[in-house]
Amino acid sequence: MNFDDTPQEAEFRSLARAWIGANAPKQYEDELRKSSLGRTVLRNANILEVAKAWQKKKADAGWACLHWPKEYGGRGSSPIERVIWSQEEGPFGQLSRMFIIGHGMCGPTMMAFAREEHKRTYLPPLASGEKIWCQLFSEPAGGSDVAGLRTRAEKDGGDWVINGQKIWTSGAHYSDYGILLTRTDPTVPKHKGLTMFFLDMKSPGVEVRPIKQASGASDFNEVYFTNVRIPDHQRLGEVGDGWNVSLTTLMNERSAIGAAVSTGFPELFEYCSSLMLDDGPAIEDRAVRSKLANWAVKASGLKYTSMRAISALSKGERPGPENSIGKLVAGSMIQDVATYALDLQGASGVVSGEDAELAGRFQAMLLRAPGTRVEGGTDEIMRNIIAERVLGLPGDIRVDKDVPFNKIPTKGR
Amino acid sequence: MNFDFSDDQKQLRDQARKFLAEKCSPKAVRVVLDGKAPYDKELWKGLAEMGFLGVAIPEEFGGAGAGHLELCVIAEEMGRANAPVPFSSTVYLAAEALLIAGSDAQKKKWLPAIASGEAIGTLALFEGKGNPAPKNVKLAAANGVLNGVKKPVADGAIADFAVVAARTGSSGRDGDISLFLVDLKAGGVEVKSLTNLDPTRGQAEITFKDCKAEPLGAAGDGWSILTQVLDRAAVLCAFEQVGGSDRTLEMGRDYALDRIAFGRQIGSFQAVKHMLADMYVSATLARSNSYYGAWALSTNAAELPEAAAAARISATQAFQHCAKNNIQVHGGMGFTWEFDCHMYYRRANAMALGLGSLSYWEDQLIDRMRKKNAA
Ligand SMILES: Cc1cc2nc3c(=O)[nH]c(=O)nc-3n(C[C@H](O)[C@H](O)[C@H](O)COP(=O)(O)OP(=O)(O)OC[C@H]3O[C@@H](n4cnc5c(N)ncnc54)[C@H](O)[C@@H]3O)c2cc1C
Repeated sequence: MNFDDTPQEAEFRSLARAWIGANAPKQYEDELRKSSLGRTVLRNANILEVAKAWQKKKADAGWACLHWPKEYGGRGSSPIERVIWSQEEGPFGQLSRMFIIGHGMCGPTMMAFAREEHKRTYLPPLASGEKIWCQLFSEPAGGSDVAGLRTRAEKDGGDWVINGQKIWTSGAHYSDYGILLTRTDPTVPKHKGLTMFFLDMKSPGVEVRPIKQASGASDFNEVYFTNVRIPDHQRLGEVGDGWNVSLTTLMNERSAIGAAVSTGFPELFEYCSSLMLDDGPAIEDRAVRSKLANWAVKASGLKYTSMRAISALSKGERPGPENSIGKLVAGSMIQDVATYALDLQGASGVVSGEDAELAGRFQAMLLRAPGTRVEGGTDEIMRNIIAERVLGLPGDIRVDKDVPFNKIPTKGR
Repeated sequence: MNFDFSDDQKQLRDQARKFLAEKCSPKAVRVVLDGKAPYDKELWKGLAEMGFLGVAIPEEFGGAGAGHLELCVIAEEMGRANAPVPFSSTVYLAAEALLIAGSDAQKKKWLPAIASGEAIGTLALFEGKGNPAPKNVKLAAANGVLNGVKKPVADGAIADFAVVAARTGSSGRDGDISLFLVDLKAGGVEVKSLTNLDPTRGQAEITFKDCKAEPLGAAGDGWSILTQVLDRAAVLCAFEQVGGSDRTLEMGRDYALDRIAFGRQIGSFQAVKHMLADMYVSATLARSNSYYGAWALSTNAAELPEAAAAARISATQAFQHCAKNNIQVHGGMGFTWEFDCHMYYRRANAMALGLGSLSYWEDQLIDRMRKKNAA
């Protein structure tokens, strides 16, 4: 049990620190530090451009997607080096949120299932942020029940022809590529008739329509496919094996989101440290202290849980379903933290935006939090995963498991 | 960085688990629970023979000299087995106080006796209601003689010696408190057993009447030593609590797989699955916080005070949460004396109070975080 850097780790850290010190876009540091959680906007710059520029700079110097192999645009680093990097990158790491789906989910899926020449073509520009990817899984009829999706892929010569609709696709409006899960055979049970592809989002027949979210922002979209053609060599995995391929994506999704998710605790602690209540400093208040202590141990518990996972990874163990814990705990915690911070503000907590306390930081957090508990698998699905795959409890009863997809009832009653 | 126990430490854990599975079955625990013995003497002897009592005691004082990470590993197994022995009072409290503040002669006298299982020790701190605080220490020490009452004292009725917190000044500051070492068999003490939430680990009231005592550590250093002792014990107890959390989670899981209702395993009902998933979550957070505490303890890091408080809170909550929901998963069976669920429920709730209540540790944690942020 050792928290200190080994000599090699220390060397890596000082290398990273020096490079970041010399190259990071310092002019945005303060804003990035403060605008975290629910709202990363820059007042006088386009965040997407700033993010892309920083990512490119990192890639050119060999600091992008650290744990990816070099030939695919990474650095071949150990999991621990990746952690050290993110510690050193600090608030600038916020900028990579734009790329989290590509780097965390699409990239690993491509690495596991794409042809070698495609990996060499598509992965380096994904690593460098020049190309952005999205994940086209969810549909109106298939969210938690991903395998309930209806978007059809039909073989036509050397191509597949896609028709259907995706929904909640984050970043589709600025994405260059996407991984797409489709139904290729509706006559077999739902998990058996799926096939995965990747495609160019600029292909004819792809239409992206932004959706306005509950938070007021528009980060996700509906995506419509009308006779979109995808060449067969862009298929990922075998025909009918899309469910297995998507499990790779989802497993990576959980560890990518789980590791990146914020709890809101440092912000709340900092806030309470300076806040004055009617009866004196908030931090001196018994009730406030008790709340803070309870969240403090959740936040530290998550931090050290991910360190344990990284220690296991660096010994060659595979990331397991226990990664579901990060998002499950942090999602509702951030919601509770934001609610509490506003409660401390009394009636004025209702004011949001620039006129609000701390420029509306906790209000933004509150409005983003419900999405965190849904995206990448809802709290309930996360609990199912822990119960079934970690604790070995029976799977939910699936009445549609052995029914051909086209015989599954589509309405209640 | 390596945030895990070493292979040797894991081997020690397996060894302890195997030993306890054999020597500390629920049936054996029940002998103490039912009041037929004050503690499991055979088990205590066995623990000494295995070298577990002195695992963190240096070799020159009769221990194995392995270290605190090894002790954490054993503590986890003690909690998992719900061992009915005075392990925490002797090993985490008394031995640690001696290691921190004892003179060479004091260490030579007591530490080898602890390691060999001959001496049971404890800490006499509390005097009725109230959390650890200098102002709550009223027992007076004058001219090497103690007068006053301590209660509750963990394992006080079976202990051979106690580390006693006493008042030696009246300035109203921490420096008013000093520690003393008392041979409880030497006279001047009256001991009364108290019934308590967890009969597998006794509690007592000890009355000191002109009782001779030797100072432990320098006069006026009592509170600062105590704080260190409590922090170290907080980490070690956290491992016991983690062991207990894991065991109760396992019990609940196994029962959920076994019990059929409405024609299905109850573990297939989502409400039950989710309850167990939440138990896993709290046990996992507690384990991770405790690992951090173990690292801080074993390296005597500046982070220890904060890490200890976090481990304490997290592990206390987890054990209470898992123990109570284990009963819920078991339904009516869980509420019978015959099933083992209540033994862990008792232990979880008793342990939640032993080193000061949750609210005390919450306070400590926030104070320590503030101090760190100010630094
Ligand atoms: C901000 C955001 C970004 C997203 N980005 C993407 C993206 O980039 N790409 C993409 O493909 N998808 C994306 N999603 C979609 C997301 O994965 C789904 O919304 C999510 O999986 C839930 O599916 P659903 O919305 O269909 O809800 P439903 O599945 O209809 O769930 C409704 C309710 O029923 C519960 N429920 C459903 N099934 C079960 C069950 N078996 N047991 C217990 N309860 C159950 C759910 O927990 C929930 O409370 C995003 C969603 C959000 C909010």
